[in-house]
Amino acid sequence: MSEHHHKETFVTKYIFSQDHKMISKQFLVTGMFMGIIAVLMSMLFRLQLAWPDTSFSIVEAFLGSHQTDGIMDPDIYLALVTIHGTIMVFFVLTAGLSGTFSNLLIPLQIGARDMASGFLNMISYWLFFLSSTVMLISLFVEAGPASAGWTVYPPLSALPQAIPGSGMGMTLWLVSMAIFIASSLIGALNYIVTVLNLRTKGMTMTRLPLTIWAFFVTAIIGVVSFPVLLSASLLLIFDRSFGTSFYLSDIFISGEVLHYQGGSPVLFEHLFWFLGHPEVYIVLLPALGITSEIISTNSRKPIFGYRAMIGSILAIAFLSTIVWGHHMFISGMNPFLGSVFTFTTLLIAIPSAVKAFNYVTTLWKGNLQLNPAMLFSIGLVSTFVTGGLTGLVLGDSALDIAIHDTYFVVAHFHLVMGVSAIFGMYAGIYHWFPKMYGKMMNKTLGYWHFWITIICAYGVFWPMHFIGLAGLPRRYYTNTNFPMFNDLADINVVITLFALVGGIGQIFFIANFFISIYRGEKATQNPWKSNTLEWTTPVEHIHGNWPGKLPEVHRWAYDYSKRVDADDDDSDYLHGKDFVLQTTPLLEGEEPS
Amino acid sequence: MLPESASIEGEHDDNLFDITFWLIGVVQFIMQFLIFYFTFKYRGSKDRKAKFYADSHKLEFIWTVTPAIVLVVLIGYGLWQWNNVMDLSDSEDPVIIEVYSQQFNWKARYAGADNTLGTGNVNFIKGMNTMGVDMSDKNAADDKQVTELYLPKGRKVHFRFRSQDVLHSAYMPHFRAQMNCVPGMVTQFGFTPKYTTQEMRDLPEVIEKSIGINKIRRAKGEELYIFDYLLLCNKICGASHYNMQMKITVVEEDEFDEWLSLQPTLTEVIK
Repeated sequence: MSEHHHKETFVTKYIFSQDHKMISKQFLVTGMFMGIIAVLMSMLFRLQLAWPDTSFSIVEAFLGSHQTDGIMDPDIYLALVTIHGTIMVFFVLTAGLSGTFSNLLIPLQIGARDMASGFLNMISYWLFFLSSTVMLISLFVEAGPASAGWTVYPPLSALPQAIPGSGMGMTLWLVSMAIFIASSLIGALNYIVTVLNLRTKGMTMTRLPLTIWAFFVTAIIGVVSFPVLLSASLLLIFDRSFGTSFYLSDIFISGEVLHYQGGSPVLFEHLFWFLGHPEVYIVLLPALGITSEIISTNSRKPIFGYRAMIGSILAIAFLSTIVWGHHMFISGMNPFLGSVFTFTTLLIAIPSAVKAFNYVTTLWKGNLQLNPAMLFSIGLVSTFVTGGLTGLVLGDSALDIAIHDTYFVVAHFHLVMGVSAIFGMYAGIYHWFPKMYGKMMNKTLGYWHFWITIICAYGVFWPMHFIGLAGLPRRYYTNTNFPMFNDLADINVVITLFALVGGIGQIFFIANFFISIYRGEKATQNPWKSNTLEWTTPVEHIHGNWPGKLPEVHRWAYDYSKRVDADDDDSDYLHGKDFVLQTTPLLEGEEPS
Repeated sequence: MLPESASIEGEHDDNLFDITFWLIGVVQFIMQFLIFYFTFKYRGSKDRKAKFYADSHKLEFIWTVTPAIVLVVLIGYGLWQWNNVMDLSDSEDPVIIEVYSQQFNWKARYAGADNTLGTGNVNFIKGMNTMGVDMSDKNAADDKQVTELYLPKGRKVHFRFRSQDVLHSAYMPHFRAQMNCVPGMVTQFGFTPKYTTQEMRDLPEVIEKSIGINKIRRAKGEELYIFDYLLLCNKICGASHYNMQMKITVVEEDEFDEWLSLQPTLTEVIK
């Protein structure tokens, strides 16, 4: 590819680019933009939860006709939580995360000139852009955007009589998601084909960095589960627009009986969660892959239990497709199914625990380079453990019935998939920024960013466990109508304060990101002294990645601090330094690790 | 971790809760300690050399098998309790109550003298027949429709849930009970109330909580709070989702019978 240069214009280089490195940056910037909107929304509804009777001029400014004297209306509150969830889960943590790092790293780390299909890759991004645009347009329709929760359960999402957001707002939501799924599938197929076919000489599957394993398996989960959400959305579109009854039956609303007969909302719940649960791992696995890579590099140690890590990724992926019913213990489905899903759900704790233990063991006796990327990775391990453990409560059907849909759930999933995945994304950005932009990010700002973010993340989500255990339901516009929850008002104020500080604290990151692109210190070729192939490419991006021949791989990605005498920690480094590029041939007599 | 369970079935839930929380508490403490301690202890320096330590089958075996064993216990206890809670087949002479949801209120229907509910469907909703009961069904004649729940202490209550418009969820946190109300189908759940409302009000932890709440309410000049059981909606159902509640009163059985006998039957109401 590098041999036959096309003449690049501004349009082919920056807009309709087919170069995976540029597409990766496009995904990142679009994802960040969507993320800012979703975080601002969360700050607005946190204001409402902390001070439900107080008028805010910012609410007046942002919400227009959806507020009265600076106090938001109840249905726009529901719209805000709905769109916050939708954008964060799909647009930021699926497209923003996988789109950025799968695109950037798959070709670079397996030694390929580009994705298998640069054209499809470009289409994938532009479909994502289109779906983001449609979602943003939906915010401005008269009756407000979709407001049935990000899970859009019918009949609420199907009937505009039930909530205004289920009119045009919901239609656009569904159109946006259908386009999004197309984008996601095209991307995922491309990742799978590229990993399987375009690995360079010597890059066997068991020499792949764990990032690539994670992206690869994530793509497979996506291909298996996203089409089901597409079907679910299509059937919902039929019910809404063409009078079918897939999900609806026996409904009396606004004084009349509707014609729907024979459908069931429980069907939608099954279809939705058949994607919805694997989606958690679509979000989380790339973050774990990124973390594995960064923790190993910055501990100057091999990742502990490489094969066990691959095994646990595969086990998690498999289990993730047979646990969806744990979102439905109280949906009215047969209790026997509840038993089956409790069993499969709690099994996921095993591979998850293996991963957590392996991370901790990787830190043990390392020489930890605590740069911002490393701190965010360690932070991920911390939030992953905290959030993951409460899964043992929620995954157990007998316990779930007591706290289902309370703030305990909100705390659980935000920590285990929201905060963890965001930390993985931040870690990835700090770590690969030199590769993406040829510049270094500012470390001091990075430290500020990390400490503000982790303190506020725990400040927001830790107390939510307790208000959840006290029985406070999620998605309540205010809880002042229940005197039994009056004593939780102060906790809500504390949570909101942390949310506001944490949200505003992201300015440290945004500023650092954009200033560093233009003013950052110039990056060296391998700033973190890493083993993987992306650091053998030139700092300046070129089409085709490597100027000459493709690199040849001779070892796995984790030969950090390998010694002359394997049993003697005081002996010299085998190759004279504490890292060995994957392209370095084995020395005579050297055992492959 | 949770407030006192007000249902007999909920007691095992609380045991399981305690066991689970102790377990995750200990694991959480150890793991977080190790994460931050290792990060501090092995922070980088020029003189430090990392240990090359790529795997250990023994360690990995230990931390695969240990969680597996612990989980077998948790899953076993959990499933046993789940069966207990969900199995409504073995209770003798339960009180049968239909809980009916719509945007944005709750109603209830008692099965009356025959203890059998008449069937219902949205097509029958008309005038006073707001729950769409099929009045041609002979079981419906003595059913009694109310807007507040009364439950007898110590007797099993079987709930049948219906919804006329969107999904709702009947959440009775004090009883560890929750079930979705799904248009087009009847869902069910059951429990046995353990304390009357008055007994709950006299529990030390409830008194303490009420004092705390009333301190806040007094400062705001609001009406003082007295404990009551509540049924809340816990599935997003529209704009007023946050205010869809029904009071539940638990009384001794004779008082319950007396209360029920005073409620008019559907035949009397609908005619």
